[in-house]
Amino acid sequence: MGLRAMLSRAQTFRHGIHPAEHKDTATLPIERMPFVDEYVLPLSQHTGAPSRPLVVVGQKVRRGEMIAAPDGYISTALHAPVTGTVAAIEVRPHSRGVPSPAIIVRIDPFASQRLEIDADRPTAETTPKELIERVQRAGLVGMGGAAFPSHVKLEVPEGKKARFVILNGCECEPYLTCDHRLMLERADAVITGLRILMRQVGAERGYIGVERNKEDAAAALTAAAVDGGDIDVIRLEVKYPQGAEKMLIDAILHREVPSGKLPIDLEVVVNNVGTAAALADLAATGKPMIERVLTVAGNAVRRPANLMVPLGTLVQQVLDHCGGLRPETRQVILGGPMMGAAQKALDIPVLKGISGILAFTDPVAQVEEEPCIRCGRCLAACPVFLNPSRLALLARAQAADVLATHHMMDCMECASCSYVCPSNIPLVHLMRLGKAAVRAQKAAR
Amino acid sequence: MSPSMPYLEIAPAPRVSSGLGTRRLMWEVLVTLIPVVATAAYYFGAAALLLIAATTTATMGTEWLLTRGSGKGSTRLGDGSAALSGILLGLCLPPSTPVWMALLGGVVAIILGKAVWGGLGFNLFNPALVGRAFLQAAFPLALTTWTAPQQGFWTLAPSVLAPPFMRAATDATTTATPLGLAKFAGQLVAPESLIFGGTAGSLGETSALVLILCGLWLGLRRVFDWRLPVATLLTAALFSGVLQLWGGVAPGPLFTLSSGGLLLGAVYMVTDPVTTPLTPRGMWIFGVGVGFLVVLIRTWGGLAEGVMYAILLMNAVTPLINRLTQPRTFGTGMRST
Repeated sequence: MGLRAMLSRAQTFRHGIHPAEHKDTATLPIERMPFVDEYVLPLSQHTGAPSRPLVVVGQKVRRGEMIAAPDGYISTALHAPVTGTVAAIEVRPHSRGVPSPAIIVRIDPFASQRLEIDADRPTAETTPKELIERVQRAGLVGMGGAAFPSHVKLEVPEGKKARFVILNGCECEPYLTCDHRLMLERADAVITGLRILMRQVGAERGYIGVERNKEDAAAALTAAAVDGGDIDVIRLEVKYPQGAEKMLIDAILHREVPSGKLPIDLEVVVNNVGTAAALADLAATGKPMIERVLTVAGNAVRRPANLMVPLGTLVQQVLDHCGGLRPETRQVILGGPMMGAAQKALDIPVLKGISGILAFTDPVAQVEEEPCIRCGRCLAACPVFLNPSRLALLARAQAADVLATHHMMDCMECASCSYVCPSNIPLVHLMRLGKAAVRAQKAAR
Repeated sequence: MSPSMPYLEIAPAPRVSSGLGTRRLMWEVLVTLIPVVATAAYYFGAAALLLIAATTTATMGTEWLLTRGSGKGSTRLGDGSAALSGILLGLCLPPSTPVWMALLGGVVAIILGKAVWGGLGFNLFNPALVGRAFLQAAFPLALTTWTAPQQGFWTLAPSVLAPPFMRAATDATTTATPLGLAKFAGQLVAPESLIFGGTAGSLGETSALVLILCGLWLGLRRVFDWRLPVATLLTAALFSGVLQLWGGVAPGPLFTLSSGGLLLGAVYMVTDPVTTPLTPRGMWIFGVGVGFLVVLIRTWGGLAEGVMYAILLMNAVTPLINRLTQPRTFGTGMRST
């Protein structure tokens, strides 16, 4: 740990990297993406079991109506993003690379598309148990990227308690600014969502971690949180991956989540600011998860924007709305440039967990991998203190036993190691292979 | 849908990188060697340039021969590591070293110091020092004979151009290094000649000032990890200081730091990433070990200088240090091994 890191211990985690921020879209207010003709809603767009369809082809659906139900506890519901007709239930391209079943909703061009206020929306009288069930039925998932069903985090497991709720407003990935705009434009909703979360899990304090490059958002949240005094907006150093759950808890509470454990073991619940705003919307109007804010940026995008996009809009349609791609476009990424996945085609729908569409004209650097010179830069970057250099060798050898004892599964694939490696070794890719080897061995036993 | 879909490239994340590559790191080091080589030429004349050219030609030639068929379309000369080893080997030779020995040392540095281990990144010992150690073992007299600096640019010691395995017809006037004087004659050289470099010694080691400036430049530009040289120099200073207070067994910290090859070693060899630990704690241990061994050898060893053996010995235990200092994984109480 450097001297500077020691002195600023109060505002960040240890290790990590400082990639160029490229937050050029931070000044662009959130616009609404116009409706399109057809929406593609994959049944699997969250962590856990795919949703189970409730509709048949030809059935008329209202905007916000549930069209697929949760299939199990770690699963969630899916809703029609527009009023229209179910045109098909069939296999369609998916950003994961494997085509998967989706409900296709064709818009009714004559419908008003007004979202009616749901009489069944949660209120102050709603019990915690009812709220969990209601959030699952509303299809809320973590909006940070992993799309983990939110209702699961609303339930404090038996024998545990939650003293703190932390909202993640770091948005540490370069280019992405949708959380920044959301915190700035909808600070009240974020605070309301946080209060609901705190009441739900019985927390005494709420924190919102915001990186110092979003001072206006931090100020707006501080102003919105003025009453009560139980909510602190914490300004954090601009560093990647500040928004990783474990890093955020370390930065704010100075405690390490034990390896293999969850934040709740430290009496903490962490949610994204977007999730909190969605929860506030659910409480206000009963609005389920039918749209999300995402950032469209990168030098191949003619008109970068922060957009409120109905789920199921195709990436191609979003890009067309933003002026289309430049002909020299070489790469399109869903998510941020550190962890987002490059896509081979654009006929894939926007899902609940997609925070950005980035397009670039510069080609993927054709760099030759050089031998590891054991410089230790990957160790100095790894936020969970692994030895990526050694893990990479073990992963290449598929030595699952040794990998497991070297804490392979603690890697969260933040790609800081790949970022710093002077030998261009695809370290995070090898980490994924290593994790897969450990998982495969565990499954085989 | 747009009529024409662009051809999209896919590659594993991340898309962005720090932009710092091994080649650039090597070139950064090579650039800082320019003033060091120039200083060597200033004090030891054409002999310095001739010897450094010889070792560098030998290391690069050997590397070229051995990596020609590596299947990557070209040799590995482009990474700059062979050139670096060659220049460093040249810088730690006495000015009167015969050219043929310098060439032989360069060949040995690459073959025994690097190639047999599997090439760049896999060698246990610093290649330049392997070459230097080989020469010192094979030709102890030539490698411990020192000529005085500043005898005119074109003045070559007769031994420099001696044919292989032949004694030079006449020997040049020899002198002792500051460390030799201190150890065997009990005389201390004036500090200013140690700072600027007007003393006898290996080609690149005499000017403390130049080496300190180059080290600061490389450290501030994060080309190497500052822990390694800082630990080395601090330990040597502390240990020699203790010995000086304790009955004057060793010359003081300032003399220890600025004499012999300690600064050259601390800036350019202790900082070689390949042959030193990659964990921060391991780097401290390595540097402390080198600093301690240097003073130990200089004070009680049979030789006046100990930097080469100190670094090679610590190179040997680097895998062990790495193993013992694996980082503690986030969220674990005990050390992970």
